[in-house]
Amino acid sequence: MSEKKPLTRADYPLAEKRPDLVRTRRGKKLDDLTLVAIEAGEVVLEDLRITPEALRQQAEISTSAGRPTLGRNFDRAAELIDVPQDEILRIYELLRPGRAKSKDDLLAAAKLLRDTYGAGKMAAFIEEAAAVYERRGLFSARF
Amino acid sequence: MSDKPQSGPQIRVNRWRRFADWDERPLRLDKFAVEDAAAGFAAFSSPNDPKPGLEIADGKVKSMDGIAAADFDMIDIFIANHHLDLSVAEEAMAIPSPEIARMLVDMNVPRANLVRLAHGMTPAKLAQVVTELNALEIAFAYSKMRARHTPGNQGHVTNAKDDPLQLAADAATAVAFGFDEIETTMRVARNAWSNAIACAVGAAVGRWGTLFQCSSEEAEELQIGMAGFSSYAETVSVYGTERAFIDGDDTPWSKAFLSTAYASRGIKMRCTSGAGSELLMGFHESKSLLYLEARCLCLQRGMGVQGTQNGGIDGAPVTCTVPGGMRELMAENLLAVWLDLECASGNDARPTESEIRVGAKILPYLIAGSDFICSGFGSILKYDNSFNPSLLNGEEMEDFLVLQRDFEADGGLTPVGETEILELRSKAVRAIAAVLEELGLGQPTPEMMASVVAASGSEQTDSYMPRDVSFISEAIKARGINVIDVIRALARRGFGEAAQNLLNVVKLRVSGDYLQTSAIVRNGKIISAVNDPNEYLGPGTGYRLSAQRRKELVNIRDVLDRDEVLRSEARHGKTETRLIQYRGMGPAQPGTDPKEVVIGISPAFGLKIFRTLGGHPLSAILNALTSGIRAKGCRPRIVRLHHTADTSFLGLSAARLAGSGIGIGIQAKGTAVIHRRDRLPHHNLELFSNSPITKLEHYRRFGENAAAYALGETPEPVVVPTKGEAMGARFHAQVALIYAIETELTRDGAAPENVEISLAEAAQ
Repeated sequence: MSEKKPLTRADYPLAEKRPDLVRTRRGKKLDDLTLVAIEAGEVVLEDLRITPEALRQQAEISTSAGRPTLGRNFDRAAELIDVPQDEILRIYELLRPGRAKSKDDLLAAAKLLRDTYGAGKMAAFIEEAAAVYERRGLFSARF
Repeated sequence: MSDKPQSGPQIRVNRWRRFADWDERPLRLDKFAVEDAAAGFAAFSSPNDPKPGLEIADGKVKSMDGIAAADFDMIDIFIANHHLDLSVAEEAMAIPSPEIARMLVDMNVPRANLVRLAHGMTPAKLAQVVTELNALEIAFAYSKMRARHTPGNQGHVTNAKDDPLQLAADAATAVAFGFDEIETTMRVARNAWSNAIACAVGAAVGRWGTLFQCSSEEAEELQIGMAGFSSYAETVSVYGTERAFIDGDDTPWSKAFLSTAYASRGIKMRCTSGAGSELLMGFHESKSLLYLEARCLCLQRGMGVQGTQNGGIDGAPVTCTVPGGMRELMAENLLAVWLDLECASGNDARPTESEIRVGAKILPYLIAGSDFICSGFGSILKYDNSFNPSLLNGEEMEDFLVLQRDFEADGGLTPVGETEILELRSKAVRAIAAVLEELGLGQPTPEMMASVVAASGSEQTDSYMPRDVSFISEAIKARGINVIDVIRALARRGFGEAAQNLLNVVKLRVSGDYLQTSAIVRNGKIISAVNDPNEYLGPGTGYRLSAQRRKELVNIRDVLDRDEVLRSEARHGKTETRLIQYRGMGPAQPGTDPKEVVIGISPAFGLKIFRTLGGHPLSAILNALTSGIRAKGCRPRIVRLHHTADTSFLGLSAARLAGSGIGIGIQAKGTAVIHRRDRLPHHNLELFSNSPITKLEHYRRFGENAAAYALGETPEPVVVPTKGEAMGARFHAQVALIYAIETELTRDGAAPENVEISLAEAAQ
């Protein structure tokens, strides 16, 4: 991994310039995603989702194009891909003002993301939020 | 010495009535607010705005814009942690703001240099720099700084009934007109799933590549995206004060998390912000609109979103009540692109009832170009816009198309012909009907479908009502229907192309190429700030219309050409030959009868051109003039002049031939003068210059007056009343084409010719 040279804007768009790199979650190539395959039931919704690899590749491209913050967002997103929808919505809700009763609720969510999904960057982001919320009094109940 | 205040008779008048006229103008429905920074009504600067500043120690921000790190609110913290690039901050903050402002409008300073500096600048500094620029400089800087080279546009597709048939037809229509993104929302919240399917199917009829979003409650919108129906989102709002943020039930971290969640689902996303939102929410901290928006934009860059929808979105109307409000909206769009964000540049919520203010608002964006000129052009009629009316709507779409042609500026839209639109609408309605049937969601009747295909708006449809739609929508949600089901349904029912188009849009998320800054799909390929960057460096660089694109833009409907004018005249010529005959009687000599009035007709009169611009047959015109002359006891003589087609000289030449010294000159298009032989050419006795509104009774009285002058009387001149119509706009293209036909027939030095006419009874 560390040996590989990061992608640059020259590799963009991946679907045109580097189709060799693009695979679906179940390993299909873009050219496999045909109408015929859909009608035959060989392509399902799962095949039309983005992959962690694609997001990390896009992050490399963003960074090479001078957009490091966008790249960091893609890197965090790559970590969230396997987090179920309900969990995503639960953590989003927890991050809204007054939802978490204390710093601990957010720290628990961060731990879950880190331990269960390997989402270290996202976890650090939520830990930062926990510290800020405490400082700004956002754990007070809202009615 | 000054005048005595009460000299002269007393005049008892209490109002200049022009004010009453002005009271009736749509403009007076707009309300304006006094500038009051303490109350939040200040566009560019407020005494409460902080002064720019940044202290860094040990690689950490110690203070920003005069606030010590210990006193930061959560927005300051987020900006300091995630936006500020400390490796350029010291350099950027040290450059005087006027100098950076000049760099923004200096075509020799590359965009990339300025973007780099912006990443090290605080909100107060960014705001201070753009405040230096006047409106024209802001527009120019915007054009130079916007991220993507090729401009685009976004449209709203909604209707007052949430009718899926109409949504599909209108989505297909919007796609045909060229919108790169379409956005829907509902009258009734639970209809979101039905709206999503209808727009997704409609947008797949025709060309592929228009991205689609269904603006809905946050969780539901994400679910609709995951089901594959929508491809982008822009409802993630951020605010410029902590209390407004909390009142909006979010924080920078919750919104950043949500934006990451969208990326993780492969859905393109931008934030929403814009002047006036904090003001409307009551938490403005007495700061200027621009400063608060600068905070929002630094936040967004820090969050790592690719773009923004700003320029006073829901806050545009209140912003436009403030002095400099429209300039501020442009300035905040400039901040967005300077920070290297994609910009859907407002021009969304309608901020005025004045069409002049609408036109003035849109023009700088049209000529500067923008990633999305409108972040919601109402592609439907105003009353069908469930977001509320836009700056521009279905009613005004042709006005916008013509502005593109006028300024040779690419506003992202393309004129489409009536036949093509009708076919697309019909196909879209049949496609959505097939999907509804195939999935067991509904069975639209042919009558419903026909009413929708023809309808300009939902008041003209006899189709689904919001309650019917709620059953469809809830069934889609409950049964977990996703885009694969819809693609299959389309394919099974013979809509293979639409099925393929829809699949192509969903496939975009596999590689994620369209998540990059300013990405859209053109001709089946992704273009974005990465592979289509704006690299403007002065004339000859940056976006220019290609010959092909220019051809598309200028191709509006109903344009006149010479052949069309001649064809139309030929049709009228056939009728005229039954009503009047002209017989040439040889060279005309000066008359001696003091009661003779000569009518000098132009070279093409009755030969190539057969009616006036007012639509009157020339037979009727000659009948009116001669009857008028005779009614006063004078005698008309008709002479065709071959050496000129100019009205003044037609009249003067006629006068010189007339025994009375009085002549009428008339062109085939109906322009006429009364002349006297001793006058200067352009100093006539009477003139009908507005032939389109000149009626037969006017021509008859014109004849009477000519005769009256011949008799030595001083008649009341015939005045053709005008309502101030823009005659030039309505007729000058036709005038120029017709006049060219006249002048082609003139011959230098050709002698005037007597003409005898015989009028059929029907012409009299």
